[in-house]
Amino acid sequence: MSNQVAFRDAPFQLRGSNFTMMVLKVSDPHAQNFFFALSDKVRQAPNFFRNAPVVLDLDDLPPGQGFDFENFCDLLRTLGLIAVGLQGGTREQQEAALAVGLAVFPQGRAAADAAPAAPRPVAVADAPAATAPAAAPAHDLPYQKATLLVRENVRSGRQLYAQGGDLVVIGSVSPGAELVADGNIHVYGALRGRALAGMAGDRNARIFCQSLEAEMVSIAGLYRVSEDLEKSVLRRQVQIYLDQGFLHIDPVTV
Amino acid sequence: MAKIIVMTSGKGGVGKTTSSAAFGTGLALRGFKTCIIDFDVGLRNLDLIMGCERRVVFDFINVINGEARLSQALIKDKRVENLYILPTSQTRDKDALTEQGVEKILEELKKEFDYIICDSPAGIERGALMALYFADHAIIVTNPEVSSVRDSDRILGVIQAKSRRAEKGEAPVQEHLLVTRYDPERVEKGEMLKVEDVLEILAIPLLGIIPESPAVLRASNVGMPVVLDDKSNAGQAYSDAVGRFLGETIEHRFVKVEKKGFFDRLLRRTA
Repeated sequence: MSNQVAFRDAPFQLRGSNFTMMVLKVSDPHAQNFFFALSDKVRQAPNFFRNAPVVLDLDDLPPGQGFDFENFCDLLRTLGLIAVGLQGGTREQQEAALAVGLAVFPQGRAAADAAPAAPRPVAVADAPAATAPAAAPAHDLPYQKATLLVRENVRSGRQLYAQGGDLVVIGSVSPGAELVADGNIHVYGALRGRALAGMAGDRNARIFCQSLEAEMVSIAGLYRVSEDLEKSVLRRQVQIYLDQGFLHIDPVTV
Repeated sequence: MAKIIVMTSGKGGVGKTTSSAAFGTGLALRGFKTCIIDFDVGLRNLDLIMGCERRVVFDFINVINGEARLSQALIKDKRVENLYILPTSQTRDKDALTEQGVEKILEELKKEFDYIICDSPAGIERGALMALYFADHAIIVTNPEVSSVRDSDRILGVIQAKSRRAEKGEAPVQEHLLVTRYDPERVEKGEMLKVEDVLEILAIPLLGIIPESPAVLRASNVGMPVVLDDKSNAGQAYSDAVGRFLGETIEHRFVKVEKKGFFDRLLRRTA
């Protein structure tokens, strides 16, 4: 009991958590069109890729070929991708990755064999049990991810993204804050910032809030700015959804 | 040929955004197609001062990152013809400003606009540097007090060393001084620096003196550039400053303590 109290009073809390991250498999970083092709991909879904963490996988690199992590990560950053780690790799690669501040994750597919006791740090989306290297990646389930739950007020300038899931805020959202979710957005307080649900294109996503004072609301790309919100729904408990291609804002009635 | 004007100061809270809004609106009122850009990424305020915060969908950073077209991010002012605002992002930071990105947008704006006003953030870091780098004119906003003057002096040095014109060895950025929050009564009491003192240290041409006025805060709070309040002395002072910028000869006003008339004193009129 006393232990627990002491723990609760500690200046930090250490908890395990799961994240879905993209793995960037690099086979030829020196290809002339490498970053052009990548930036093309990013441009197709800018919000999906915005500041997205990326784990590098260099297994397809020709053996013995060096890799300039620092330069490569800088270039990724200019595309809005943030390299956070290296998956697998040779010892030299791992050391080089650590030197530029990247974390080293165990080999995706072989992780279980290599370190059976080690906790899996990442829920790697494309890690099926299959051992064949050419196995097709498991298709992403739209809602395999846990909900992102925030238990505090979201202040101006903060941006939260619930990738592949719902975003629940138990608190209010200040003007200038931005909530983004591939699923639904629930705000159990006043929504004064922006809320963008169904970011990856889910037209069934909804936004719920206790008091609608938002700067902008959007579902699957259809948006309305605060100027266009009708007076009848302002400061009301509402749900926002798409119906036949139109954005509806209705008071919540039970 | 479009001109790029940076509104900068080094020090925070001296009235850069207020002045950008008033000055830009003043230029537009005189028929020049004007765009005001908020460079204070992460601490977006220009949209509030301009009263267009309820219409922001895309911003400057979205355009830099290629997520939106410039025409989607520009907000047309509803009161003044020829006036546009390019708001910035509240969720990003100054690192989102890339030299190439800023240059590309400014080049695009130059094709359409007569004047582009870059509302600089405080400081001498990336945001401020990006705001001043491409400038043809710099308006230095200074309060009549020592720390503001020192910071203005510093930013003038930065403009002379780090602007594109300086780096390329072109004609230097034209500097103009705008003294804001000037209170003749306090100057007379010796509590505030005299305009002459400020000019002695900074040694750049004086564009205008904006008197301390409750009209400024009032205008900010309702999202109206103070220059539209043509009854206020601050609004008139900004309008004069715009005239001087365009080459007109206008005498400086509101520099001396005004003798209050009997009725004024009776009614305790201010501003």
